[in-house]
Amino acid sequence: MRLSRLSRTTLGIVTGAILLVVYVPLFVVLVNSFSTSTSLTWPPPGFTLEWWGRAFQSAGAMEAVATSVQIAIVATIISLALGTLISLALQRFEFFGREAISLLIILPIALPGIITGIALNNFFRTIMGVPLSIWTVVIAHATFCIVTVFNNVIARLRRQGTNLEEASADLGAGVWTTFRLVTFPQLRSALLAGGLLAFALSFDEIIVTTFTAGSGVTTLPIFILNNMFRPNQAPIVSVIAVVLVLVSIIPIYIAQRLSGSGVERR
Amino acid sequence: MTHATVPRPRETPARRASVFLSTHPRTRLALLLSAPLFWLGIVYIVALVLLLVTAFWSVDSFTGEITQEWTLDNITTVLTGSLYQTVTLRTLGVALAVTLIDVLLALPIAFFMAKVATPRMQRILVIAVLTPLWASYLVKAYAWRSVLSQDGILEWLLAPFGGSTPGYGLPATIITLSYLWLPYVILPIYAGLERVPDSLLEASADLGGRSWPTIRLVVFPLVLPAIIAGTIFSFALSLGDYITVNIVGGANQMLGNLVYTNVGAANNLPLASAIALIPIVIIFGYLFLVRRTGALDNL
Repeated sequence: MRLSRLSRTTLGIVTGAILLVVYVPLFVVLVNSFSTSTSLTWPPPGFTLEWWGRAFQSAGAMEAVATSVQIAIVATIISLALGTLISLALQRFEFFGREAISLLIILPIALPGIITGIALNNFFRTIMGVPLSIWTVVIAHATFCIVTVFNNVIARLRRQGTNLEEASADLGAGVWTTFRLVTFPQLRSALLAGGLLAFALSFDEIIVTTFTAGSGVTTLPIFILNNMFRPNQAPIVSVIAVVLVLVSIIPIYIAQRLSGSGVERR
Repeated sequence: MTHATVPRPRETPARRASVFLSTHPRTRLALLLSAPLFWLGIVYIVALVLLLVTAFWSVDSFTGEITQEWTLDNITTVLTGSLYQTVTLRTLGVALAVTLIDVLLALPIAFFMAKVATPRMQRILVIAVLTPLWASYLVKAYAWRSVLSQDGILEWLLAPFGGSTPGYGLPATIITLSYLWLPYVILPIYAGLERVPDSLLEASADLGGRSWPTIRLVVFPLVLPAIIAGTIFSFALSLGDYITVNIVGGANQMLGNLVYTNVGAANNLPLASAIALIPIVIIFGYLFLVRRTGALDNL
């Protein structure tokens, strides 16, 4: 198939137009973070740096960021361990119930967040009698973050095959040595990419978090939800959003460079 | 003349365990699976099953405590109540519309990324698609609230042409949800298109296939599982959403809102569980339908 110049150009224009629409709301948020209007009026009546100053002095916002980072780090570590184990099991072995397990892994994100949320809320409070805390959020987040690690690792395992591992075993390396010196180095960039996605997923999650967070636990999304309808806080929420987008470009760029070999064409 | 020999490894316990594991693949499998299955089984499956069980219990209207007696009342209420039927149909309609819009938008952009763009352009586009994922869900929904509002940017752009913003309501909900889930639909389709070898397209061209028949007969069947994988995200995420509809949906309710009010304000967890069964059944039905297409391997 050779696409004509016309269809290539058309596709390019359509792509550009969609991306433009994708970025307009983000651009509106950026502009609103400098706007003197607190009710997100367009066009902005004037510009000010007040909100940027206030956001970085807001103790609530800073605490919420810290809470979210802690939760995301622990949830990512747990999902990295569990996701790697389960992808090794599913990719390297044939066994009864394999399909069922791969369904089980995607279930926590395939089912709506509200279902996972009330199921875990009911489980922790009514069944286990555990008070909701930061740890119930971590457990909930790790559960639905497993899938992002699993996807990245199993794709890598599928591609790299078992030749090198067999060679390592033939040369006398034990199971653990082979994993440490052969399998793991090949998985490293897949783990980083999966881990970054897991971190992002946890950092942004609001629905499951609402149902599993203890009363004193305020993650960044909960902070944003609590503040976005307060007239004097809305521009601060815009500032936080802008900072998050800017900060996130760096890890995505790194992940992209590391898994670059997988993205190269032909 | 001596032959170099590999020294025999020392017989440590670790070595013996390793030898045992390499000769017993089933034990290896059991060790690999035990921790993740324990986690998913205990935390997730038990919680889900108990939620289903709760749907068959009731709440004592006097004390507000859950009575653990089997009853079909909640299920009957949900199946026969006109409120629940209306809201289910509305939610299903919104989820289908969002999924359709997202697939239609994702196909050209994913195709351009995978098959037209230069490698450098491709990297930039992947980042351009991924970056909005990192912006907070809430802020994006709120941004649409300001875009769609009566004195927002859309009104400002459309007013000179005699148009106006759709305001808050179901169209706004569909627009916002499509916007929120678009990256989740683009990425699996892009990955699926990446896996279609260019040699197949060249073969099709050599055999006289023009662009459109090649796309329809060669590319589309190969990418279909990836497209369905993308629809799972947009469909399931829309079915359970209640925050977006609160922010831009005006007075409209979706299933998620009914569940939320019953857990929170009404404190009727059994009824909430019964309502939650509706999206669960729909999603399981959908997953069952698409299982044979191999879509689940493309998530």
